[in-house]
Amino acid sequence: MGKRKRYINRPLGDKLLDIFLYAVAVAAIVLCVYPVYFVLIASVSSSTAVNSGQFLLWPKGFHLTGYQFVLENKKILTGYYNTILYTVVGTALGLSFCIPAGYALSRKDLPGRKLIMKLMIFTMYFSGGLIPTYFVVKDLNLINSRWSVILMGCVSVYNIILIRSFCESSLSEELLNATKIDGCGNGRFFFQFVIPLSKAIIAVIALYVAVGYWNSYYHAMIYINDDTKHPLQLLLRQLLMTANNATDIQDGELAGEYLKQVQVVKYAVIVVATAPIMCIYPFLQKYFVQGVMIGAIKG
Amino acid sequence: MEKERRPGSGGALQKRGIPWKRNLRLARQNWALYVMLLPAVVMIITFSYVPMYGIQIAFRDFNFADGILGSKWTGLKWFRYLFRSAQFWPIVRNTLVISFYSLLTFPIPIIFALILHNISNMRFKRITQTITYLPHFISVVVVVGMIYTFTSYNSGWINTVIEALGGKRINFMAEPGLYSHIYVWTGVWQEVGWSAIIYMAALTNSDPELHEAAMIDGANKLQRIIHVDLPAILSTVLIMLILRCGSIMSVGFDKSFLMQNNMNLSVSEVISTYSYKMGLQNSKYSFSTAVSLFNNVINFTFLTVVNSVTKKISGSGLW
Repeated sequence: MGKRKRYINRPLGDKLLDIFLYAVAVAAIVLCVYPVYFVLIASVSSSTAVNSGQFLLWPKGFHLTGYQFVLENKKILTGYYNTILYTVVGTALGLSFCIPAGYALSRKDLPGRKLIMKLMIFTMYFSGGLIPTYFVVKDLNLINSRWSVILMGCVSVYNIILIRSFCESSLSEELLNATKIDGCGNGRFFFQFVIPLSKAIIAVIALYVAVGYWNSYYHAMIYINDDTKHPLQLLLRQLLMTANNATDIQDGELAGEYLKQVQVVKYAVIVVATAPIMCIYPFLQKYFVQGVMIGAIKG
Repeated sequence: MEKERRPGSGGALQKRGIPWKRNLRLARQNWALYVMLLPAVVMIITFSYVPMYGIQIAFRDFNFADGILGSKWTGLKWFRYLFRSAQFWPIVRNTLVISFYSLLTFPIPIIFALILHNISNMRFKRITQTITYLPHFISVVVVVGMIYTFTSYNSGWINTVIEALGGKRINFMAEPGLYSHIYVWTGVWQEVGWSAIIYMAALTNSDPELHEAAMIDGANKLQRIIHVDLPAILSTVLIMLILRCGSIMSVGFDKSFLMQNNMNLSVSEVISTYSYKMGLQNSKYSFSTAVSLFNNVINFTFLTVVNSVTKKISGSGLW
């Protein structure tokens, strides 16, 4: 653009349009940032200010009572521990299931791959539904077991397709044939060539899977009754939802004290639960486009 | 395998043999690939196909004592029960209202991508992108929590602003009339930046020479956006539209369930939440399965129709 400016006089309409484009972008930034910023300042404001909603741009006072509550609350700490456990184990398992499967399905010399692919895609659009799935989990004795949450979220057909498309487009057959002649078997080829060459897609998928585990509450809500195994999001749900009708609390004095703090605590818990992902995603951003593009080739 | 056939056309026939023999040879050669597939396939069979076998309880009177196979067949009893129940039309209507309303917001990420693409300051463009991805990574629990606290009658900042501007406080989450707007527009807020990625990527293919030619012909920037940029991403737009249409009857459980309260239940109860409540809260296992099967079949039919139509028009579909 810079070069053109020198010899083409930009019409007034273009300048106005440019102003409009920038205005929209700035508006989008404000809309995305402000709610998050508000949560941040609310989490350190005084509880009275938060309860009456009397601030918009700067925190009123500076208190860490919300965070203190979070750090002292056994339940929240256990929830945090559970979330990390589910995320780490689930992501590791998910990757180690999906990457080999995606690669295998990308190989044109694998008899039956089309059928397997079709059967996998079918499950994206048709499922047994809640109750039949629940019965299967029950029959496997996984109700109330951490494995239910880990296993239910770990294999995603969509991710397998992403990996397959990536391998099809970026691993050349020549490389495979050349290494075959040198006596390299499928297993060694996978570990020595496929994984190092697919780092970008692995990063994207690891992010997808990890965010999925970190943010989900559904499987835990359905399959786990024991609240020492609940992840943070489920606790957050209880805190955020039930406290809206906090009249549930019978003890008058305690309820008063609790109610005074509860809003601030909510904000603090939101910050604690969301911060890790907020800190990680900007660094993986350059891979997103690649991941989304590959996904679009064969939805 | 193409390559193996080529050298020496005479030997190739012998080498290739009859198809199943060749496949057997390839399968034996590539046994390691099947091992790689195994874990994922086992998981999919266990958690997707075995439950499909359990769908039959939608046609039975399930009780735990008799198990799936021992329970009495009831034919279409549960479906008749569903279609006649007073809840049926409200939940179908709520589901359709929310999904069609969401579908209407489909062009927003496209417009956003077009706007972003035409911002000439690269740094600013990148920063805007990074920041608009942010809501995508916030969990649905937190988003709904934010909705509740921000719109709270007494302490929400939105009401603080409304009052400061001279308006009256509104109890947003207790107004059935506002529910679908809140649901859909918070969804737009979460996904607009993320959904724009794919269009941004498609836009990088828009031809700079066409832009220059249009400029020489005296087209202004807006005209170039409409006549050069937009056609460049049209095929991507079409694919995304098909994908969206395929899930028209599936309104996500997670967000609806969290946004429900006693005041808005008349508009917030959708098929997925209803099925959950019937199944796990009221223990009507067979009925709940029938409800989700009904939803599943409609979705699947819709997708198949959309897919075959696009296959006819554009020659390529999802499968």
